[in-house]
Amino acid sequence: MLELSQLSKGFGGLKVLEGIDLVIPKGGIHGLIGPNGAGKTTLFNIITGLYAPTSGTVRFEGESLVGQRPHRITQLGLARTFQNIRVFKEMTLLENVVVGMHRHLQYGGLGLLFSTGRFRAEEKRARERALELLSWVRLDGQADELADNLSYGNQRKLELARALATEPKLLLLDEPVAGMNSVEKTELMREIAAIAERGYTVLLIEHDMRFVMGLCSRIGVLNFGRIIADGTPDAIRNDPRVIEAYLGRDDEEEPLDLTQEHPVHLPDLSGDFPELGSPTTMDRESRR
Amino acid sequence: MDWFSNFWAVYSNVVLTLGINGLLALSIWLTLGCGMLSIGNAAFMGLGAYTAALITMNLGWPFPVSLAAGMVVPAALAFVIGKPTLRLSGIYLAMATLGFGEVVRITLLNWESLTGGALGLNGIPQLTQWWHVALALAVTLVVLWRLRRSKVGRAFEAIKEDDTAAGLMGIDVANTKMLAFVLGAAIAGLAGGLDAHLTFFIGPQEFGFDKGVDILTMAILGGIGSLPGPIIGAAILTLLPELLRSLKDFRLVVNGLILVLIVLFLPKGIWDPQRFRGWFGLKPRRALIAKARGL
Repeated sequence: MLELSQLSKGFGGLKVLEGIDLVIPKGGIHGLIGPNGAGKTTLFNIITGLYAPTSGTVRFEGESLVGQRPHRITQLGLARTFQNIRVFKEMTLLENVVVGMHRHLQYGGLGLLFSTGRFRAEEKRARERALELLSWVRLDGQADELADNLSYGNQRKLELARALATEPKLLLLDEPVAGMNSVEKTELMREIAAIAERGYTVLLIEHDMRFVMGLCSRIGVLNFGRIIADGTPDAIRNDPRVIEAYLGRDDEEEPLDLTQEHPVHLPDLSGDFPELGSPTTMDRESRR
Repeated sequence: MDWFSNFWAVYSNVVLTLGINGLLALSIWLTLGCGMLSIGNAAFMGLGAYTAALITMNLGWPFPVSLAAGMVVPAALAFVIGKPTLRLSGIYLAMATLGFGEVVRITLLNWESLTGGALGLNGIPQLTQWWHVALALAVTLVVLWRLRRSKVGRAFEAIKEDDTAAGLMGIDVANTKMLAFVLGAAIAGLAGGLDAHLTFFIGPQEFGFDKGVDILTMAILGGIGSLPGPIIGAAILTLLPELLRSLKDFRLVVNGLILVLIVLFLPKGIWDPQRFRGWFGLKPRRALIAKARGL
């Protein structure tokens, strides 16, 4: 469905992405993880047309996305949410979602000026669909609130509903649970799983390991602009390169073998993950 | 009806100017509502005024034709300068449109053979009737109201709030901005054409930076959240100097003071529906939701 090949991006002398090869097949939930500054969001920005890559290709269902303007890429069936929330704060929830349907409202200038039957029917359909999408993330009860009045977690959910309104085939989620508490996280996890079951393909960036491991069928790991691992959650969990990327390596000690008993100060990567609040690198990042 | 004919004889000019200022405020409301701070609307007004006046005076074409030309010329020029400048945002767009306004003013000033230079155009036939202004204002209001209620209006608002997010919602940001800019120029040009045929005389200094700021003030003062705002702002800025006439020399001081107070205490302008809803304890925009649920 989405194919990146030999994708590179540099800002001046800084190489943010180098030779990325990644294939996202249709269906399922795919994860992309990596420490801060690994280039995950840059990758999303290139896919959605906000940045142009320095070299390499991006193909979506066979069509090249490089050089296309963002709204064209959205029309092809790609939608995204943002790490730093970008809902339209002065609009109601319903209006936010209806904006996402911009391209799917079939009426012209005359229909709009004279409020024809078609115009009214299309607008009504859009509002009904918007309410339905809001119900998917359980925000339909607050449809007439201003988006600005929502909690942080609910604004993220609103972004999700708004992205769905563009009728995407592939949904890109940039840290969907950042800043949420664990109850909200579990809830959103269920909702994303339900969305994937409705036939949307999802690619998400996340720091929260438990969230990613529990949700994704396949995970890519990005570090210093390169894909260092790509596989099932179990394979990723035990991959020494991934462990090194996240926790660093102590040169004086033996290389870590996390399948063995390991020192207490390291979080247990094979089972439980630390709750928010314990002072590990990942958690500090995810609360940013 | 005696009092009315007396009133009209004295104040018809003020009332018609009020309508024309209303059009101007709406023209900038449109661009502001799409997130663009453009100070070029005075120049578009000037272009419309000169175009319409020159056609009436030199070619003798009917009034509606000169008015239409007075809309088309600024709109076309807006399209041309919009291509490179609309990529700018915020204060940079303001600077670019300010520069454009100066170019227009200096051109009008120096193209003496056509525009009469600093002396301006004298003896423009007074063709503007009250109902021309009323009709222009009514049509503009209806068109803008319909736009606002449609996907185009939502696209404007989305771009104003966050143009990156708007683009990723499938909105063609560049073309939508262009639409608002060109439409705004056409409305300003219409106001200019009506104004030229009302005042008998136009000169380049009428369409300079001061006028641009006046137009902006009307819209901001009234409130750019909804359609009545700019009209109310235009009405206040037109009527206030008249109402304060008894204050003689202090007139402009008090005028300025009132503006400062309003901006300080009503930052969203005078007409702010959210605030009104708050007074009556209503939740925002209930009607929309009720409609969607088929209630």
